[in-house]
Amino acid sequence: MAVTVPRPRLNWRERLYLPAIVAGLAITFKHFKNMLLGRTKVTMQYPEQKWDSSLPDHYRGAPALVRDEDGRVRCVACQLCEFICPPRAIKIISGEIPSADRFAKVEKFPEAFDIDMIRCIFCGMCEEVCPEQAIFLRKDYAITGFTRADMVHHKEKLLEIGGVMHGVVLKWNEKK
Amino acid sequence: MDFFFIITSLLKIVGILFVVILPMVSYAVYAERRVSAFIQDRLGPNRVGPAGLFQPIADMFKLLLKEDFTPRAANTFYYWLAPCLAVMPAIITIAVVPFGSTLFGVPMVIADVNVGILFVFAIASLGVYGIVIGGWASNSKYPFLGGIRSSAQMLSYELSLGLAVVPVFMVVGNLRLTSVVLYQIGHGWFIAPFVGDWMNPWKWLLAVPMLISFFVFMIAVFAETNRLPFDLPEAEQELAGGYNTEYSSMKFALYFLGEYAAMITGSAVIVTLFFGGWHFPGIPDGSHGWIFGLINIAVFFTKVAAVIFVFMWVRWTLPRFRYDQLMRLGWLFFFEIALVNIFLVAAILPYSSRL
Repeated sequence: MAVTVPRPRLNWRERLYLPAIVAGLAITFKHFKNMLLGRTKVTMQYPEQKWDSSLPDHYRGAPALVRDEDGRVRCVACQLCEFICPPRAIKIISGEIPSADRFAKVEKFPEAFDIDMIRCIFCGMCEEVCPEQAIFLRKDYAITGFTRADMVHHKEKLLEIGGVMHGVVLKWNEKK
Repeated sequence: MDFFFIITSLLKIVGILFVVILPMVSYAVYAERRVSAFIQDRLGPNRVGPAGLFQPIADMFKLLLKEDFTPRAANTFYYWLAPCLAVMPAIITIAVVPFGSTLFGVPMVIADVNVGILFVFAIASLGVYGIVIGGWASNSKYPFLGGIRSSAQMLSYELSLGLAVVPVFMVVGNLRLTSVVLYQIGHGWFIAPFVGDWMNPWKWLLAVPMLISFFVFMIAVFAETNRLPFDLPEAEQELAGGYNTEYSSMKFALYFLGEYAAMITGSAVIVTLFFGGWHFPGIPDGSHGWIFGLINIAVFFTKVAAVIFVFMWVRWTLPRFRYDQLMRLGWLFFFEIALVNIFLVAAILPYSSRL
């Protein structure tokens, strides 16, 4: 069904267009003037000014592995994050902890833990699924590299971003 | 034609072209980007050098280093010729515009020909060839449409452009652009006749058609230089860039250079015809010392810069006209207004010159 759009009847002033043009010019000049006098502040000069301090607590940046208070990598190489990861950015090669070790009953540790940051979509499902509270999304957002290989975060890099995190998962602690 | 004249003319040509016009063109591009950014609450290029002032140099290097690509289907000769034709008229036109009074007794106009404004129109209308030939030689449909639009648009607005300035020359009684400036020094600028016998009411009556004349001329110059709201030949959204779609590297830069040079020339002509050229009330001309000669030149180019700012301001305010609106506006309104305006001036002129 055809719909007839009602056209407004313009009076002679509106049909002359000039008042509208002058009003438009006044608006754009006002914006120009406010910008010139520095009254408008909208642009952040990014590399000099950063918004790190104003990032919210729930910000999802680069995923990272953490150590616990004993200095152990909390990841137990269960590979749940590898399975849940929607873009399949995580690759884990698990290794066995020797029986002489203090944490022998943990049994597994990640020998290699690679996150391809080209693939990562910062969804945070790895953090959500992790039963050990070993992987967290941190606030790092400027992830750069010159090659594709540079963009893969290895275990060392992930631990460096993550640092030490005290969590509620204490089942591997010998004292308990 | 003596040796002194040839040397001073050469100096003026080199000076005005390489010291004033070409840097002005590149900084007009920079200014355009900054002004548009400020109008849209952005900052624009501010990284290269202090406040981004070296941006034009960086742009130039970028454009020089780009691949100069010629499409296989293009007509090579005209494809190469067209960008040159776009720049040439805009730069030649500046020759007859007086950009200063005198410096060490040398008049600051490259060629003070007695057909001044006719020369301007004759050469400026050649600018359409650069666009039409470029659009045709590219052998691609969008440039072709851009070229066609451009030719129709320029032909339509040439009429009102020519008719709009007739009143000015009726008052001055001479086609020489230097005499237009001299008249305005004696009788006040055409759009604001404050100096001279400014108490004469007939003169203020004359200022009304002059104002109409100024507006029609200004709008026609917008259309002639393909600036928004009349930039149909290069309507990005409709024509993928218009006549310069197939061009790259320095050939593309030449089109840009031509567009901005045409804008500067248009502004220079507007300033000469309506804003008193190099004259500013209270500042004597170059015969009182070379410092005043330099100040006159500075005044002229400051006025040109102000008019260029208006060009940019209008560009970032108004949307583009539809093609039929453009033609309607040109043929049914501006042409008639300019024509009636001539009769109006003719009616007032006998009374205003009596005093």
